[in-house]
Amino acid sequence: MGIRALFIMLLVAVAAIVAMGFSGDNAIFLPGLLQGATLTIQIAVVGSIIAFCAAILAALGKMYGPLPIRWLANIYIEIFRGTSALVQLFWLFFVLPQFGILLDAYTAAVIGLGLNVGAYGAEVVRGAIGAVPRGQWEASTALNMTRGQMLRRIILPQALLAMIPPWGNLLIELLKTTALVSMITLTDLAFKAQQLNQTTMKTVPIFTLVLLMYLVISLTITIGMRLLERRAARGVTRGRLA
Amino acid sequence: MTATPMVRFQGVTKRYGPLTVLDSLDLDVAQGEKVAIIGPSGSGKTTVLRMLMTLETIDDGVIYVEGEPLTHEQRNGALVPAGKSHIRKVRGKIGMVFQSFNLFPHMTALQNCIEAPVTVLKMPKAEAMERAAELLAMVGLADKKGHYPSQLSGGQQQRVAIARALAMRPRIMLFDEVTSALDPELVGEVLQVIRKLGSEHDLTMLMVTHQMGFAKEFADRVCFFYQGKICEQGPPQEFFSSPSNERTRQFLNAVLEAG
Amino acid sequence: MIWDWAYTLEILPRLARAAIITVEATLLGFVFAAILGLVLAVVRLAFPKTLVPISVFVEFIRSTPLLIQIFFLYFVFPSFGIVLDAFTAGVLALGLHYGAYCSEVYRAGFEGVHRGQWEAATALNLDTWTTFRDIIVPQAIPPTVPALGNYLVALLKETPLLSAIAVLELMQTAKILGSENFRYTEPITLVGLFFLAMSLVSAMLIRMVEAALKRRYVR
Repeated sequence: MGIRALFIMLLVAVAAIVAMGFSGDNAIFLPGLLQGATLTIQIAVVGSIIAFCAAILAALGKMYGPLPIRWLANIYIEIFRGTSALVQLFWLFFVLPQFGILLDAYTAAVIGLGLNVGAYGAEVVRGAIGAVPRGQWEASTALNMTRGQMLRRIILPQALLAMIPPWGNLLIELLKTTALVSMITLTDLAFKAQQLNQTTMKTVPIFTLVLLMYLVISLTITIGMRLLERRAARGVTRGRLA
Repeated sequence: MTATPMVRFQGVTKRYGPLTVLDSLDLDVAQGEKVAIIGPSGSGKTTVLRMLMTLETIDDGVIYVEGEPLTHEQRNGALVPAGKSHIRKVRGKIGMVFQSFNLFPHMTALQNCIEAPVTVLKMPKAEAMERAAELLAMVGLADKKGHYPSQLSGGQQQRVAIARALAMRPRIMLFDEVTSALDPELVGEVLQVIRKLGSEHDLTMLMVTHQMGFAKEFADRVCFFYQGKICEQGPPQEFFSSPSNERTRQFLNAVLEAG
Repeated sequence: MIWDWAYTLEILPRLARAAIITVEATLLGFVFAAILGLVLAVVRLAFPKTLVPISVFVEFIRSTPLLIQIFFLYFVFPSFGIVLDAFTAGVLALGLHYGAYCSEVYRAGFEGVHRGQWEAATALNLDTWTTFRDIIVPQAIPPTVPALGNYLVALLKETPLLSAIAVLELMQTAKILGSENFRYTEPITLVGLFFLAMSLVSAMLIRMVEAALKRRYVR
């Protein structure tokens, strides 16, 4: 879908929210839902940062680290990809306290989400580094760069550009997974939706509004990533590089 | 030859599984000498350059650069595999230009040329930029300093690649079929730059090439590789006019017919 | 105490029963998703006018959380007079959500079939239905199997969301056990290990299926 089509969808969704939100007695839902949405966005942003850092560390550790680091990275990736996100959140929130580590819901949420998406992100980073043409490694060797210099100045910049589309998808997944934090008592958008539904039983308008709100955030992320890719690729040809 | 050769291959062997690509190669290159390496594909000619540039490992034998072993070190009188810092020290004397240019796509021509001097040689940026500008002017691309590789033609990219390699002040320059990926009309501008390099600088040059005409006019010595060994070598006049080996003759006939 | 083995043995039977519910939900949900996805993909191909509505629908489902979709289906139906039990609502939601993903996989599969196949079918005067059934689908489906397999595993890992509407699957049971006995460590860790094991086993199976298919359809 081109940026233009996405933008149109975004505007339509926002219009629908406004139309629904201010019609009849739906207006009383908006403040609560917007509050929830704000928390959702906050958690998504912090979670994304943690995810990105975890992904880079795990990928580099797995590819270039000494054996114990490689082991750790692999174990981290397998566990967080192989188990359910909700299980991970519950584990952080309910099980850690029994070992004496008390995390408040917010911390458990962002760490859980960050580590979960970070594990998937590690594979994306690995793939992107692997996709940088061999000639770039060879030219850097011919210019007598150390491996650290090569990675930092030549390989990673190119890999980061290639990573943007798949990371866009991962960020959408992260956004959707934030809904799970409602199950560890955080008053995010999903929580507010349930709360309002339980008190007013006006299921259709509430959940439709909520779905539209998630859609708006989701489309914003997608459009943002497309624009980022455009800016980062100035001068460099898209896809395969000459 | 009483002077130390600039490059010496001593009994160098390279195998890929069951296939022997270089078979106990002995090759000396004198300082300032320009050697053209020709031969059919699979004869090992590219491998010679790649091993010198440490892009491939050696299975047997030693390579010496200015008398020092490249991938080995002298320790207590014996030759042992070298540590990273030793390799980098010797490797710093060699520069290479590739068939597929391999310019850094996220950097301009100028940035491509200052990257290694600044990062590796710790040259101050201003000095590196000045030198890069000089080199780009020398290869005829002064006005393309701020262009990205994707905005340059193949011939222009290859010339930037040459400038980039020269920025590190190598003593030895390796050219791996540098015109093979170019459209015919762009070949000339690259060869012209190489010609200029040859006459104005005291560089030792090893070139793998299919450009027989250029080799004849430019090289001090031509080496014909066949199945991992040097089949014949000599100064271009004799080499091209009266090759002594049958295989050399066959190869030259085939190439000249196609050209 | 770090790990209470006696407690573990005590809760295993209930967890095992819950595991069956989890697997049932997974399989039913996946069957629904696989079929729905195929229907969406075929309709989209066969009736070009449906391209926009279906694309928008798929995009909508993929961009919004499964949890909300589960709530929506569970609470919406009663207001139309149909009462769904939690399990059914959950399976429907899973099927709908992953049906959207599967439709994209099938789409890629169909697009991967060479144009020439369609043209040859036309040249042989085969009708659309036969072309689809005998020529296109057999070629489109095998490459999709690994991707579908991955979604099966993903679906399995999302079944814990059904605990939000009190389906007695693994996560819900673990929560109940934890709050009953004031000890969460063993139930939740066991559930995690269960998913990890299922994940690793499925990954292996998918790779085996992939290899088997590659042997049959060597290009």
